[in-house]
Amino acid sequence: MSKKILAVDDINVYYGAIHAVKGISFEVTEGDIVTLIGANGAGKSTTLQTISGLLRSKTGSITFLDENITKLAPHKILQRGLAQVPEGRRIFLQMTVQENLEMGAFTQPSSTIAGNLEMIFEQFPRLLERRKQIAGTLSGGEQQMLAMGRALMSNPKLLMLDEPSMGLAPILVEQIFDIIKNLNKAGTTILLVEQNAQMALSVANKAYVLETGKIILSGTGEELAKSEQVKKAYLGN
Amino acid sequence: MTFLTYLTSGLGLGSVYAIIALGYTMVYGIAKMLNFAHGDVIMVGAYIAFYSTSSFGLPAWLSVIVAMAFCTLLGIIIERLAYKPLRGATSLAVLITAIGVSYFLQNAALLAWGSAPKVFTSLFAKIESFKFFDGQLVISPETIFTVLACIIIMLVLTFFTAKTKMGKSMRAVSEDNGAAQLMGINVNSTISMTFAIGSALAAVAGVLLCSSYPTLMPTTGAMPGIKAFTAAVFGGIGSIPGAMIGGLVLGIIEIFARAYVSTELSDAIVFGVLIIVLLVKPTGLLGKKIHEKV
Ligand SMILES: Nc1ncnc2c1ncn2[C@@H]1O[C@H](COP(=O)(O)OP(=O)(O)O)[C@@H](O)[C@H]1O
Ligand SMILES: [Mg+2]
Repeated sequence: MSKKILAVDDINVYYGAIHAVKGISFEVTEGDIVTLIGANGAGKSTTLQTISGLLRSKTGSITFLDENITKLAPHKILQRGLAQVPEGRRIFLQMTVQENLEMGAFTQPSSTIAGNLEMIFEQFPRLLERRKQIAGTLSGGEQQMLAMGRALMSNPKLLMLDEPSMGLAPILVEQIFDIIKNLNKAGTTILLVEQNAQMALSVANKAYVLETGKIILSGTGEELAKSEQVKKAYLGN
Repeated sequence: MTFLTYLTSGLGLGSVYAIIALGYTMVYGIAKMLNFAHGDVIMVGAYIAFYSTSSFGLPAWLSVIVAMAFCTLLGIIIERLAYKPLRGATSLAVLITAIGVSYFLQNAALLAWGSAPKVFTSLFAKIESFKFFDGQLVISPETIFTVLACIIIMLVLTFFTAKTKMGKSMRAVSEDNGAAQLMGINVNSTISMTFAIGSALAAVAGVLLCSSYPTLMPTTGAMPGIKAFTAAVFGGIGSIPGAMIGGLVLGIIEIFARAYVSTELSDAIVFGVLIIVLLVKPTGLLGKKIHEKV
């Protein structure tokens, strides 16, 4: 029996008067790919930002590796091994590719950085070619790879990805999903947020469907891909 | 030769503005706020240096270090007590608080050190003026050392932000605070660090300013503070080289306006130039527009 790496229990998140996340609970098992799918505005990004500590829940708790991280500062949450690739990538556009990767390793001892860089460059050869280039000049696909590489520099145990396929051509989406599968095989647990439900369900061990701030459905990726409700609402048939 | 004399004193005054403007621009870049109390930290720095030498008999160089240490601490405390509780508040609330801190510092200085102006002894009082072209061009040691200090500060800061881990993390926070936090950067300590650096520079600016213009009063920092703020906007607020260039240009314009137009109108001319620059280039000389790619 594998163990729980993340447990989100009854979180409620507000933007002023807007109640964006309404009592969500879910779990991530070590070694899995878990996905949260849902339409635009369902509360997916809000949930990830709350887990990372950038937003606060009014209720409930978030447990990571048996530690209550509900009130920890974002930089401490990262130190525990929980990294996020945020929506829209948010790489540092004015820094070089290498500097971006170094920022990802901010909490790591400097002795490990060279080895980590090598590992990232092996996985993303494009980044090696463009190491000295200013990140703002990269293409969308390269920026997504840089954002993922940057997050991996902290050696995360759990990697959260917020819509990594957003705005990318289908061939690049395939590539990004291959990378996600490889990362997972290499031992990183993944929490994947997507609007591209079809792709997300095809790689997920476990999936949750979010609608207007609530989880309305959950199951294995396969089960949800077959569910009539999901087909109608998210798979376009 | 008079032209060169004006130019060098313009560079000297401009260097002081530049050093002050660096504090404005760095704090703006990192904390996205205008710290209007920054000018008054200059005044406090000058008073601390003044009393270090006059009451405690410290040598000039040591008085500068004492002033820097005091202002560093003052900057950190101001940020902690006045600005940190307002993180996430509207920018208007932060601005009003900054103005409040400015008045607080001026009045605290009035209470502590009185309203009678002090005559500041130049740090370089024992050094002779530098003479060029058979004595036709005379440059004061104050001017030379102020320009030199400005150049050194610029080089050190450029190296710091380009190469060191702390400096890079400041650039990251300045570009995207939220993403920086996701990298594990502690934004609170980065902001604290920025206030510390800016305030230490303010102390340096204070003693250099009062070495050239020796009248020291509780309001001494106010006008140079506003001018340096103008310089930071002029150069592109948030940009370190921008603050430098803005400060130098402003100082030179001010001295030339005083020399060739009129003393009374010099400030109006300085601000007039600012308005024209901002009309032509709203982000300032080196202000960046960020292009985002999808
Ligand atoms: N910064 C914000 N201020 C106010 N409302 C927000 C903000 N961010 C998101 N919201 C609202 O919260 C809800 C959930 O948003 P979000 O978590 O971004 O959804 P998703 O990531 O699923 O598209 C939406 O109704 C959105 O309009
Ligand atoms: Mg989103």
